[in-house]
Amino acid sequence: MTTAISVRNLGKRYQIGAAETRFRYNMLRDVLVDTLYAPVRLAKALVGKSDRRTNQNFVWALKDISFDVEEGKVLGIVGRNGAGKSTLLKILSRVTEPTEGTVSVRGRVGSLLEVGTGFHPELTGRENIYMNGAILGMKRTEIDKKFDEMVDFSEVGQFIDTPVKRYSSGMYLRLAFAVAAHLEPEILVVDEVLAVGDAEFQRKCLGKMNDVAQQGRTVLFVSHNMSAILRLTQEAIVLKRGELIKRAPTPEAVDFYLSSGQAESGERVWEAEEVPAASAPFRPIRLRLKDKSGKVIDTVRSTEPVSIEFEYQLDAPVTGLRVGMYLNTMRGEYVFTTFDTDDAQQYEQFGARQSGRYVSCCQIPADFFNEGRYSLGVNASSFGVRRYFMDENALSFNVDISGAPGTQWPEIRQGPIRPRLDWKIEKIV
Amino acid sequence: MTELIKHEPTTIYIKPSRGLAALNLRDLWIYRELIFFMVWRDVKVKYKQTLLGMAWAVVQPVMTMLVFTFVFDRVAKLPTDGIQYEVFSFTALLPWGLFVTALNQGSRSLVAHNNMVTKIYFPRLILPMSSVFAGLVDFAIAFVILIGLMFYYKVTPAWQYLWTLPLFLLLAVVTALGVALWLSAINVKYRDVNHALPFLTQFWLFATPVAYSFSTLSEKLQIVLSLNPMTGVVNGFRWALLGTGNGPDITLWISVVISILIFISGLFYFRSMEKTFADTI
Repeated sequence: MTTAISVRNLGKRYQIGAAETRFRYNMLRDVLVDTLYAPVRLAKALVGKSDRRTNQNFVWALKDISFDVEEGKVLGIVGRNGAGKSTLLKILSRVTEPTEGTVSVRGRVGSLLEVGTGFHPELTGRENIYMNGAILGMKRTEIDKKFDEMVDFSEVGQFIDTPVKRYSSGMYLRLAFAVAAHLEPEILVVDEVLAVGDAEFQRKCLGKMNDVAQQGRTVLFVSHNMSAILRLTQEAIVLKRGELIKRAPTPEAVDFYLSSGQAESGERVWEAEEVPAASAPFRPIRLRLKDKSGKVIDTVRSTEPVSIEFEYQLDAPVTGLRVGMYLNTMRGEYVFTTFDTDDAQQYEQFGARQSGRYVSCCQIPADFFNEGRYSLGVNASSFGVRRYFMDENALSFNVDISGAPGTQWPEIRQGPIRPRLDWKIEKIV
Repeated sequence: MTELIKHEPTTIYIKPSRGLAALNLRDLWIYRELIFFMVWRDVKVKYKQTLLGMAWAVVQPVMTMLVFTFVFDRVAKLPTDGIQYEVFSFTALLPWGLFVTALNQGSRSLVAHNNMVTKIYFPRLILPMSSVFAGLVDFAIAFVILIGLMFYYKVTPAWQYLWTLPLFLLLAVVTALGVALWLSAINVKYRDVNHALPFLTQFWLFATPVAYSFSTLSEKLQIVLSLNPMTGVVNGFRWALLGTGNGPDITLWISVVISILIFISGLFYFRSMEKTFADTI
């Protein structure tokens, strides 16, 4: 077996905070001082010296990563947000350079991330195929040869000479995908986290990935979706804060990932300066997801209940307060909206609240979520009077559906919820 | 789709690039078709959904020429080495237009294509390069107008020098590319470039003998002005096409040297910044 990818002591360091500190103006005075400072900054930037205070803000997105992938293997990469998965893929596809270490890659690296890159709305489908193909590194003769196949695959047929700005979004994606899918790279990287499109389209991506794997090409697959990882890969690596902490056959790696090292994610903490002054006297403190044993989690198991805890401070008494949660899918569909004083009795007791620190906790029963990624928003208001605070995307989390109803069939179920419903089957004749 | 790879796949080594060895011209060669496609796309898209279409490539320089003729010829009555002012200024506006387009499009090229830069690998040099080359199409159209103007005003071209014109065109392209390399790379990190560009092009226009004649300047001023490589280009165009000026003299060589310096340093600056483009854009 030959090695397709060989990664040695790979590290990537990012500079953070340089831009943010500069643009955080609080007072007119700051703006004036900053403006007067501009010529100094320009001079420093030109001689290559940046401000000292920003120089120390480095973060290692990847640190000392080493692994090999044999040709024809499908490797899963798991880890929570910020673990370095996307950075790793970016280095492998040469979008960004590593800070240290080496990688050798045997063959062309293609990725389903690139879908539609360089598409221009004014160009026709045909022209965009050539353009996009060239961007992906295909030769013109290669595109000529595969052109008809791509058009068939995209099902845009007669519209091939129409500018793509007239296409429906579905046609657009299909055409873009057709080009990416026909690149036939030796190595395919798939970042499902960043994948766009509807469920149907995502299914097509995964299907294509499977084909590629069966043709003996190498695939790297990043996903938050553990069942997809389990279904599609034989082996997986687990990244945590930029380090490779586990490499094992997929079931073992997934189990390790789900049951370990997941602290301090699944939590959103609001720093004092993140809270707008206008939200006083309401001050959010933290939002957490906890499993039934009280552990903070970022991956919810569909078969277990989960509680969502919202902790906040009231700096003055508030009447008519209701603290709410919005649940959305990543595609922006609402799943539900709920408030802590929905219950009439609850409202009587807590409608008027004294100043102090509170926790509003919402229980979501087991067998509720379908697989995928969800986003949780929070809100605090007095109905018809005032909205104190709102964060539409306070926290996001993944749902793992191992053991959920119907998982004996490896297919994607439509809909954001996956309840365990009571079915009766009777023979009536 | 099931066609097997006939050739042995090449192995790519990815490591932190160091020093000046990282120019990677080999990849540029491999991706040469992409340059062609980018230029073709720019040209194709540029005048889409406009009423005048390609006519804009004519209207822009002609309008500038008319304004210049009014201000500098009819009002200010500047000397023009005995050439009809319309032809005199249009000859200079040709390379100048190429330079300005290249400067504007080139400097913004990386930021404008940030979805490509952050998603896929390709030699980043392709972006400013193709922006500059796309300007050549407008140049060619405007050149036809110049021929028409010369016929109309019965200006005989300087046949004996005409063969040097491609060399001056090359000098214009090298200068434009050099400046575009610098500005596009800086623009990735500091968007100040966007704000500086309108001012810069205006300033640069008056520091180049487009509207006025180089030969009327004092010798000292001529040397100073030739530090601007576009001076060499504009003088060269007038000499090759109209036979005015001194031809290649010290001022031209100063321009050439400066142009090459800008280009080479731009190339290396671009390359040294390239590794962080995707992170900082």
